[in-house]
Amino acid sequence: MMEKKQTSIRYRNSKNKLVFILVCSLSFLSMLPLFLILWEVISRGYKNFNLQLFTEVTPSSMDAMLSRINGESIPGGILNGITGTLLIVGVAILLTIPLGLLIGIYLSENPQKKFARLASYLTDLLQGMPSIVIGIIAYAWVVKPLGGYSALAGSVALTIMMLPMVVRSTEETLKMLPRSYKEAGLALGSSYRNVVFKILLPSGFGGIFTGILLAVSRVMGETAPLMLTALGATVVNWNLMEPTSAIPLLIWDFYNDPNLVDLIWSTSLLLLIVIFLLNWLAKIVARKWKI
Amino acid sequence: MKDNLFKALLFTAAVSVLLLTAGIIYALVGSASEAFGEYGFFGFITNSEWDPRSATEEYGAFSFVVGTLFTASFALLICLLFSLPVALFTGEYFKGTKISSLVGSVVNLLAGIPSIVYGLWGFYTIRPLVVDMGINSQGFGIFTASLVLAIMIIPYASSLSGEFLSMVPDKLKEGAYSMGATRIEVIQHISLPVAGSGIVAAYILALGRALGETMAVTMLIGNTNHLPKGLADTGNTMASIIANQFGEADGLKLSALIAIGLLLFIITAIINFIAKLVMKHLSRV
Amino acid sequence: MEDINYNGNKPILQLKSVSVAYSPDRKAVNEVSADIYPNTITAIMGPSGCGKSTLLRAINRMHDLYPSVKTTGEILLKGKNVLQMNPIEVRRMAGMVFQQPNPFPTMSIYDNVLAGYSLNGIRLNKQEKDRIVEQSLVSVALWDEVKDVMTKRGSFLSGGQQQRLCIARTLALKPELLLMDEPTSALDPISTNKIEELLLNLKSKYTILIVTHNMSQAARISDNSMFMYLGDLIEYGNTRHMFTKPRNKKTEEYLTGVFG
Repeated sequence: MMEKKQTSIRYRNSKNKLVFILVCSLSFLSMLPLFLILWEVISRGYKNFNLQLFTEVTPSSMDAMLSRINGESIPGGILNGITGTLLIVGVAILLTIPLGLLIGIYLSENPQKKFARLASYLTDLLQGMPSIVIGIIAYAWVVKPLGGYSALAGSVALTIMMLPMVVRSTEETLKMLPRSYKEAGLALGSSYRNVVFKILLPSGFGGIFTGILLAVSRVMGETAPLMLTALGATVVNWNLMEPTSAIPLLIWDFYNDPNLVDLIWSTSLLLLIVIFLLNWLAKIVARKWKI
Repeated sequence: MKDNLFKALLFTAAVSVLLLTAGIIYALVGSASEAFGEYGFFGFITNSEWDPRSATEEYGAFSFVVGTLFTASFALLICLLFSLPVALFTGEYFKGTKISSLVGSVVNLLAGIPSIVYGLWGFYTIRPLVVDMGINSQGFGIFTASLVLAIMIIPYASSLSGEFLSMVPDKLKEGAYSMGATRIEVIQHISLPVAGSGIVAAYILALGRALGETMAVTMLIGNTNHLPKGLADTGNTMASIIANQFGEADGLKLSALIAIGLLLFIITAIINFIAKLVMKHLSRV
Repeated sequence: MEDINYNGNKPILQLKSVSVAYSPDRKAVNEVSADIYPNTITAIMGPSGCGKSTLLRAINRMHDLYPSVKTTGEILLKGKNVLQMNPIEVRRMAGMVFQQPNPFPTMSIYDNVLAGYSLNGIRLNKQEKDRIVEQSLVSVALWDEVKDVMTKRGSFLSGGQQQRLCIARTLALKPELLLMDEPTSALDPISTNKIEELLLNLKSKYTILIVTHNMSQAARISDNSMFMYLGDLIEYGNTRHMFTKPRNKKTEEYLTGVFG
């Protein structure tokens, strides 16, 4: 018999076991940061997580400093951020949904067309764009021509972020629907438009809605593009043309102002709660309306 | 009749993607042209001087390009150490079980945490650790930023590569087991090579994420405008210099910052394109 | 079972009350006992779900991959109880060929033949490698077809060629026993024919256990046949006798196509 160089079975078995243990422990270690972050935000944020947070606007640095010197808890809340986020994200949703749905329908209905493939490729390009670059674009498109920072500019930035996600989820959901749905509708003499609105979109509702919810939860915490567009404000503002605050923008402000630092954790806690709620809701919707 | 109108509307919507992209490129190139005109494209990229004082004003992107590549690739390296085990855990060892989906969803929740919250956590928890480790006295720098960045991109790398691993056909694995291979040998010789290009694509996409990540990096990297000398050094990435200086910028400086934004856009677009090519290669195998 | 073909040899494989359970209350194989003799082809037949593949996979301990599956009894391969051996050793002694050809898509044809060595961490020099590859491919009559395309991927071959490559890969490790799990069911008739011829040639060197749902295949190539039904071994004996004069009524019904 020829001479073979061979590793022993015992060595191979222990290597096998060792790798398994390593994989398990490193996997569990990878989950650790989530719990550490949640722990830090909750344990430091629950104290100021009260009604005042939702009903009052950000205190001035001076007021905050005075109450700190007097040993009182920090006055004020983040009402201006909450309303700002509602305004900016709300308008972004209104801009994104119709456009995103129409593009998604077009891409799913014309998968072989060269033009659709180009549009699909560009959607990928937009999806990979760093959020800070999107901020620059909204700045160049809206802030510069209008001569000032505004909620609208922030909404435009978030729209550019959300659009590719909504397009993709719409396209993919509709592509998964059986062809027979559409054929049956057309065979009954229904118009193409009615087939889309009365058959395709309702059947794909779960997937599309999940996509929208996830897109909203992604942009909810975006800070960088808003710094370049909505800028921030210390008052409640509902005017689209005026500078406006948002929850993540306030976190950035608090981070930079040592007097306001007490509000940073309760605000972060609120942001995480909203984002995880949206994620959870998306999961529920996806499960309930499975195709 | 109405249907034609509706089809035209759909087409118009799709055209808007084209217009959007064109508008983006126009806006970036238009606003960056002043800086490129002043220094030339390559002159701007290769100059490591960034001096906003009006008397000696001079702008170059080199320090930030290096800072970005440095931070992102070190982050990717750390990320690999954790996301590959997670991918193997969910897509191979415990594929299809409850524990696998539990670990998968917990790790994926990391992707839901906003960048700015990572920045806070990095500032209040990781930075003191870095100081204790004696890496640098303030705790800010490339090392700290990369560490937090690595955690941020773990879910992007692990979920996609786990999915590719789980798609490796059982018949191949059984074939290898039937010849006496152990599990790790099957992973090494069969699963990883078969899922290979998908896994590589997942890491390229994660790298693309890391390159553009802004807030957490801005809060941790130390924001100095020089060429970083090492892991312990402070610096700036392309995204962080924009976030840090955009507010008070105008004129040539603003144009230079937008030019950096354009560069970042080009780099991430190329990275994502490569990932797509690699993934296409996978579907052919 | 006195009519079994055994050429005067001692059994190479002995199954003693082998049972396989997917869960405590679901037995797929029930107390099967049988002796398999060297240099024979034994066919395991039966309707789908009768436990024939499950029995075959118990022999090289493939059930170990699925923790919920329990194998009990004794399986003696050359006198040693497989269930108490290291699965690695067992699997190298008992090579397996699967229903679906499964060449490794990332390896060349050459590397596919040597996969058993690389997987087991055995290092060979170039001459040894070349010799093993040629020998193995010649023995499955694939050498002439692929000797000029050795560096191409295994998945580049036709289905029948892929299956012969998989047999070559198994033979390269010089197993005592070849376990074949419906190796031709995914192939066209011409490829099937070639593989059947191949098995008849391999008989002089190896012992072959083949699961098949194709009765005429069993009749064509096997020396002995087992008939299984609902997890039980109903009948085991000389193939010619079984096909002409089955002892059991169930076997007769199956062979005459009453069910299947």
